[in-house]
Amino acid sequence: MAKKVKGADVLWDVLIRQGVEVVFGYPGGATLPSYDALHRHRIHHVLVRHEQGAAHMADGFSRATGKVGVAFATSGPGATNLVTGLATAMMDSVPMVAVTGQVNSHLIGSDAFQETDVTGITLPVTKHNFLVTKAQEIMPTLRKAFYIAQSGRPGPVLVDITKDAQAAEIEYEYDDRPIRLSGYRPSYKIDKVELQRALELIEKAERPLILAGHGVIRSGASKILQQFVEFTNTPVAMTLLGLGAFPASHPLNLGMMGMHGEAWVNQAIQEADLLLAFGMRFDDRVTGNLKTYATKARKIHIEIDPSEINKNVKVDVGIVGDLREVLEVLTAQVSAGDHGEWIEHIDEMKGSSAVRDIQSLPDNGHLYAAHVINDLWRYTHGKSVVVTDVGQHQMWEAQYYKHDYLRGLITSGGLGTMGFALPAAIGAKFGRPQDEVWAIAGDGGFQMTACELSTIAQEGIKVNVAIINNGFLGMVRQWQEMFYDKNYSATPMRSPDFVKLADAHGLPGLRVTKRSEMQDAVAWAQAQPQSVVIDFRVEQEDSVYPMVPAGADLHNMIRRPMANPIVETAED
Amino acid sequence: MIHTFVAYVENKPGVLNRVSSLFRRRAYNIESLAVGPAHLPGISRMTIEVEAATEDIAHQIAANLYKLVDVLHVDDLTNRKSVKRALALVKIDTSNPQVRSEIIQIASIFKQAEIVDAAPSSLILEIVGYEDTVERFIRMLEPYRILEMQRTGVVGMLRGSEPVSEGLAALEEQQ
Repeated sequence: MAKKVKGADVLWDVLIRQGVEVVFGYPGGATLPSYDALHRHRIHHVLVRHEQGAAHMADGFSRATGKVGVAFATSGPGATNLVTGLATAMMDSVPMVAVTGQVNSHLIGSDAFQETDVTGITLPVTKHNFLVTKAQEIMPTLRKAFYIAQSGRPGPVLVDITKDAQAAEIEYEYDDRPIRLSGYRPSYKIDKVELQRALELIEKAERPLILAGHGVIRSGASKILQQFVEFTNTPVAMTLLGLGAFPASHPLNLGMMGMHGEAWVNQAIQEADLLLAFGMRFDDRVTGNLKTYATKARKIHIEIDPSEINKNVKVDVGIVGDLREVLEVLTAQVSAGDHGEWIEHIDEMKGSSAVRDIQSLPDNGHLYAAHVINDLWRYTHGKSVVVTDVGQHQMWEAQYYKHDYLRGLITSGGLGTMGFALPAAIGAKFGRPQDEVWAIAGDGGFQMTACELSTIAQEGIKVNVAIINNGFLGMVRQWQEMFYDKNYSATPMRSPDFVKLADAHGLPGLRVTKRSEMQDAVAWAQAQPQSVVIDFRVEQEDSVYPMVPAGADLHNMIRRPMANPIVETAED
Repeated sequence: MIHTFVAYVENKPGVLNRVSSLFRRRAYNIESLAVGPAHLPGISRMTIEVEAATEDIAHQIAANLYKLVDVLHVDDLTNRKSVKRALALVKIDTSNPQVRSEIIQIASIFKQAEIVDAAPSSLILEIVGYEDTVERFIRMLEPYRILEMQRTGVVGMLRGSEPVSEGLAALEEQQ
């Protein structure tokens, strides 16, 4: 039976029917009718301190759970503040729905107070967006939004709803018939000819290498990937967003590829005779110079988005489809492999890199960021959900926190959004309340969204915040050191006393300056019932190695200098 | 190489913006664009001429068009048998009687050209044809004083000898 309700009630009702239990938002003039109706519905609203935080929280929630995260903002400035978060989710294919309020429909186009062309602004940073001006359209539009966000290659969808549509009373009955969108075909039939050609290439390959990306996680292909890997005995290299999709401790997992990837991984890519790209998109941070990238290798690309095939790297076989489905078919037909010599060869390269590894050092009294992260991994037994910011600490995290578990790392890869860690960690905690969540941020990135500590305090949730504090915008400083004659222009950064800042929010804070304090610090953080902030005062001018300079050949890496006093003390 | 795409899109506000925004964002250079209602209700048809340096880029363009939720079907007419037409209106100063007779003569040389307006001191010429015909016609008029000119984008259609695309057939079925 249809009953009379307001558009705002329809909005919350549809969200609940989509399985939404928590939304992240900030109210304003154009969303007043929706917030007025909020108390009538069983949904938890997290009041953020800035709408960028709402978008990152929805994003973090989604990455931690695989579900659709939801962010709310009012019209005008509220909506424009979401843009960074939408772009972040768009670049990393994260399913998210953002709901924004819009001025009354009769005022659209009149430059009304807090009016902005939000669908226009967000067009290139959303998978799709909608403007809703009638209450009757709220239900079908939101259903489409959720469907589009999570099907095919996922992404953020924005629904802009006018204030009068939220306020209007309509006859409402939920329609749960299948959604029909004639211009949207998220699923593909597997091309049998291409599949056959892929099998032939795999059969012939002597030095095959799998490149595993975010698509493995998104399509739920971890298990079938492991079967494929073990049956064909093919080593696996990971993209940043792929980390956790395949256990780091698995003997066939080589580690991360690309700009700050492991030297042996990049070398293996250059020497391979077959690359199997699974749910990844040959980003420039992964390939380096395209002209010299994996020239010896035939390439098979399995990817849900047809526009990614042959975009950056020309491939021999392109299979469009859901990775899990394709791998299931492929694994059933592929022959067992050996590749023993190839794997031995990679192992040798691994051995020669170990002597340069900062982890091989005895404690020299200094605290290195890489040590902090490696110890964090050790003392959390690799089991926590780590949400990073962007920069040096992010790369050290990728190198030294060994991710054995799916959705154990949440990081902004494509857009590289500073300020992501803290709000995304809040979202992750709401998605996985039983899991230990660590936000790791640099002193720069932390301060971009530090206001969300207040959200943490208000919500009373438990997130451990690790600030890797080197007094610099570290990654930019590293580039200035290497490529701009150490001209540290605008990178030294003074910060507030983070322990006192935590205290101001009623949260415990701690300062750590020595590696010997690490184990106690982690134990202390875990023992506190509330969220904690730890200020790790690390070596100021350390750099991330190895490094492939932007646009350089993948095999031409800058390695950690052997003359480095840190390395001289290595026991190799 | 210039590629000619035909795209069937939902006839909704903002769809042209979505298509043009895609081309801008991906740095695909549009040579010409024509939009009008298709033969199916609620659907518009676009002919887009765009520079694509390689076949791979042409495929990217089609794939990216398909990614737009409001794009229903895309055909690449390039390298297929098709009919393509462009139109131009040109207003020429003909206050000089000598010029006037020359213009009338030029119009008569091109069988696709027509005088569509005559005033004491000006003529409006219309030409419909392949783009290079339109181009040649305009070049002939360049020595004279052109008062106004409007050219349309190219519109295109596959010839009947070409097989109907599956996507288009499916689209018709849905109607």
